[in-house]
Amino acid sequence: MITGTLAGLGRATLALLAGLGAGAIFLARTLAAMLRPPFYAREFGHALLTIGYFSLPVVGLTAIFTGAALALQIYAGGSRFEAEAVVPSIVAIGMARELGPVLGGLMVAARVASSIAAEIGTMKVTEQIDALVTLSTDPMRYLTVPRVLAATLSVPVLVAVGDSIGIFGGYLVGTGRLGFNHAVYLQNTVDFLEFWDVASGLIKGAVFGFLIALTGCFYGMNSGRGAQGVGRATKSAVVAASVLILAANYLLTEAFFSA
Amino acid sequence: MIELDNVHKAFGPKKVLQGVTLHVPQGTSLVIIGGSGTGKSVTLKCVLGLITPDAGTIRVGGQPVGGTDRDAFLARFGMLFQGGALFDSMPVWQNVAFRLLRGALKRPRDEAREIAIEKLRRVGLKPDVADLFPAELSGGMQKRVGLARAIAAEPEIIFFDEPTTGLDPIMAGVINDLIREIVVEMGATAMTITHDMSSVRAIADDVAMLHDGVIKWAGPVAQMDASGDPYLDQFIHGRADGPIEAVR
Ligand SMILES: Nc1ncnc2c1ncn2[C@@H]1O[C@H](COP(=O)(O)OP(=O)(O)O)[C@@H](O)[C@H]1O
Ligand SMILES: [Mg+2]
Repeated sequence: MITGTLAGLGRATLALLAGLGAGAIFLARTLAAMLRPPFYAREFGHALLTIGYFSLPVVGLTAIFTGAALALQIYAGGSRFEAEAVVPSIVAIGMARELGPVLGGLMVAARVASSIAAEIGTMKVTEQIDALVTLSTDPMRYLTVPRVLAATLSVPVLVAVGDSIGIFGGYLVGTGRLGFNHAVYLQNTVDFLEFWDVASGLIKGAVFGFLIALTGCFYGMNSGRGAQGVGRATKSAVVAASVLILAANYLLTEAFFSA
Repeated sequence: MIELDNVHKAFGPKKVLQGVTLHVPQGTSLVIIGGSGTGKSVTLKCVLGLITPDAGTIRVGGQPVGGTDRDAFLARFGMLFQGGALFDSMPVWQNVAFRLLRGALKRPRDEAREIAIEKLRRVGLKPDVADLFPAELSGGMQKRVGLARAIAAEPEIIFFDEPTTGLDPIMAGVINDLIREIVVEMGATAMTITHDMSSVRAIADDVAMLHDGVIKWAGPVAQMDASGDPYLDQFIHGRADGPIEAVR
């Protein structure tokens, strides 16, 4: 019984380590493929559109509700110290430094890591990846690099848009429900928000975007055979991307915090 | 031209190829026959370097597979995959002209499109198919688009994985003639996998039968009927009883 549990634990650990190793190799191959031509501009443009542009609605909706709820919570907390006036600045700081990138990143992970893994996984099981190779086209350069670059560049933009919309959500609640003066709310938002608050969030966004596309491609390229293999790859990609985002978020926050 | 020597390949515990030895001279057409799941597709993929054999050597034109210049190596090949393997994100003509739209063979788009339409015509498809997406085509049409893509860049070596499976007998005849024509006209070296004995007779110079991971019989197509080999005879005549078990 106990030995069975231990053996299971050992197997799981080995599988995790093997997965991490394969992931690291995939990362190295991706970076190597980025550095050498050809670069497929058409694929890159298409990836920008599907990963970046079409994620705007989901990121915007997430942000506006988050900013609105955040304003209420900070008001509730602040009133205990008679510090209700901090609502505008804490909403802005909280959105820019933490909630904008993290929630935006998680939403994009759900939307994009899954679709990349499903698309590439289907290509794998229907021999389209093999066909690419026989047509002298490197799947890493043709499929992975454009998606990873597009996500790395577009998620920070999505985060910036999300920050603004989230702050606007806080503003709507603050002025409409909590009785803040319009001008004072805006003034407080602008006065206390520092460059680094926004910049650190955008850097997080870039890292999250990179991780999202990389995991999507990794699980797609390593998809098992048949529809079941693609389903499993899709699920694993979303789970892995989400966990990686949260782990990277902690590490980055720690790094920015002590810097 | 293509030499496989004692090639082995296993997937986990499953031994698929267990010492395949084959020789395809330049400009000839070899047909590989054998039951489903015996490793015919795996054999072709080993030659292309898509699958790395566990043991044995494969040479193409004297050079070992997996050498340094992979692009130049692959540029000599055309391959029709068993399932077609068309890129479903792009229309038919861009599939056919894939090689002509990027890389070393890149040319203007309208020229590539014209070549694609010409290749489509050769496999019996009308020009209006060019702008459809693969998902809008029947299985047989997809197969023919795959065939057009395989021959688009006029390769010296062409692999056809079950080119006539899923086609009606008339279209199968058209494709058989086309494959024969490509080998004769372009002087290409061809390896074809098929279950269709009329295809074998139409296409093959030589025939090889794969069974139990090895080549059970190989020889000129003219000697196929008088081989006296029980495995080959059972396969040619499609008999349920014989040395090959029906349950595999
Ligand atoms: N990438 C792979 N991973 C695991 N098993 C495979 C793979 N490719 C082929 N096989 C197995 O190898 C055997 C031979 O496959 P294949 O060459 O496709 O057969 P066929 O002779 O019908 O073309 C099959 O049992 C198949 O399941
Ligand atoms: Mg096959």
